[in-house]
Amino acid sequence: MSRPRNPRAWRGGLAAWRHGARPGLLGLLVLGAVVAALPLLFPKNYFVTVVGVTAGFNVILAVSLNLLIGYAGQISLGHAAFFGLGAYSSAILTTRYGVDPWLSMLAGLAVVFLVASLISRPILRLKGHYLAMATLGFGIIVHIVMVQAVTLTGGPDGLSGIPGLSLLGWRLKTDLHWYWLVAGVMLVVVWLSLNIVDSRTGRALRAVHGSEFAAEMMGIDTARTKAQVFVLSALLSAFAGSLFAHQQGFVSPDSFSFFVSIELVTMVVLGGMASTYGAVFGAVTLTLLKAGLVVFHDYEMVILGAILMVIMIFLPQGLFVGLTRRLRLALARRRGQPAASGDDLA
Amino acid sequence: MLEVAGLAKSFGGVAALADVHFQVPAGVVYAVIGPNGAGKTTLFNTLCGFYPPDEGSVHFESDPLVGLAPHAVAARGISRTFQNLQVFFNMTVLENVMVGCHLRSRTGLVAAAVRLPSVLREERQVREWAREALAFCGLDHLHDRPASALPYGVLKRVEVARALASQPKLLLMDEPAAGLNDTETVEMRGLIRRIRDAGTAVLLVEHNMDLVMQVSDRVLVLEYGSVLAEGTPAQIQSNRRVIDAYLGGKVAYAVD
Repeated sequence: MSRPRNPRAWRGGLAAWRHGARPGLLGLLVLGAVVAALPLLFPKNYFVTVVGVTAGFNVILAVSLNLLIGYAGQISLGHAAFFGLGAYSSAILTTRYGVDPWLSMLAGLAVVFLVASLISRPILRLKGHYLAMATLGFGIIVHIVMVQAVTLTGGPDGLSGIPGLSLLGWRLKTDLHWYWLVAGVMLVVVWLSLNIVDSRTGRALRAVHGSEFAAEMMGIDTARTKAQVFVLSALLSAFAGSLFAHQQGFVSPDSFSFFVSIELVTMVVLGGMASTYGAVFGAVTLTLLKAGLVVFHDYEMVILGAILMVIMIFLPQGLFVGLTRRLRLALARRRGQPAASGDDLA
Repeated sequence: MLEVAGLAKSFGGVAALADVHFQVPAGVVYAVIGPNGAGKTTLFNTLCGFYPPDEGSVHFESDPLVGLAPHAVAARGISRTFQNLQVFFNMTVLENVMVGCHLRSRTGLVAAAVRLPSVLREERQVREWAREALAFCGLDHLHDRPASALPYGVLKRVEVARALASQPKLLLMDEPAAGLNDTETVEMRGLIRRIRDAGTAVLLVEHNMDLVMQVSDRVLVLEYGSVLAEGTPAQIQSNRRVIDAYLGGKVAYAVD
């Protein structure tokens, strides 16, 4: 092993990297470390290997939905439909037609790309409550098709016998294998989201949220921008859906109902809108809460609802965003700096 | 540079604009004045493609603008500021102005998502452009402040910086001095002059007559959606019809 030829250059490179790096990337390293440490420390823990995989799927879904809701400011109450379309495409093609899982996944993504592109423009002309209604309607339609098209989808009983996945000739057999795959995909999705948000496109999204009128006057094609992020969000969800189908080996309409769409929105709001890590935090928190509250049987949903209400009353910006903001303010106060306000400008 | 001919727009039978004609030459400050409800903001919104006009034509550098969406109008080299602030309150000051560079940059969704090296280069360039626009407007010290934490007078200038970041050939300013105190109004006057001197034509809607008369090269007076008079500030100030309809005693005060 040779040492770096010029330690100075190496340090300069590091400094340049740190200079160019955004605070978000540090978070990604921390997240990656936690995600990697958990199965090494607790390889047999149910909350890591089983709940952890569910949390991973939810993070992918919440982060992609957050691009649409949190950053572009466009509500969707039908996002589970895209998750479901991905899952059912994989399930139907592999079980009924014997298509290769990876090809099925590609086909599913193509289907969702078409569907999302087709509905995005007309649907995103709507705003606020009307957009919520339209996306809700879309979610319900997709759900009804899953339940009613029995010959294709298996109806309410769903489809079973979906084959597992092989990655480069290596079969994913145990829960832990799936944990590593889903965690890897999740980290990539978080990375993509961080990159998009802090870019020309991300600023355009946030501009649409801030003032659609002003965004247009700055030359942003707002209709196109909204449609783009809608399609991207749908594709990421469909990808998660395909993985989900192969991981579970079974799909049924219940996994993609209206309630799931609402849960996804809850995750985004719970963590704090317009924050990628907020969505991560919200998804993990809600998944753990649901898994932990199972012991309360019939009262599970009551307690979950109460917790959510309390959080929203006391931290309306969301758990992650609200807490980090408070922490930052407290730190600034300790250092004797004024908190970010317009005071010194008068 | 900008030629407006026979422009008409009505809302449910009320004529907000009727047969409006005027021409803005390159490199001037051209003011539009008139009482509230005279159609000034409607004129702006029609020029920007926000409302389609009922009749008439708008040409910018000989290209027709009617029928274009606002983002396409912006792409021709027209930018604007807003009467009621349309700042992106969910971003920092620098990010607001970086949005103004949208038309000068190319990065698409996919390239941004995987953060190609070319994206990083462009980001640095955009940041630099935004800093220049902020410096031009005297806001260099506020880059990282969230827009939501700044006072009204500063945000008015942030909007100007954002619009300038697109390097427009024509800047529409809708009441830039509304709500500003005297000091801020003087700063805004200086800024408008610097913008013109830098080669950008300014189409200005403003109620502060002192400011209009000091800064404008030509003035158009609207009343009930129609052109009442057009000329140099001196001509407008001595125009009997304008004094009767709009300026009234204020001119006496201004001339005083």
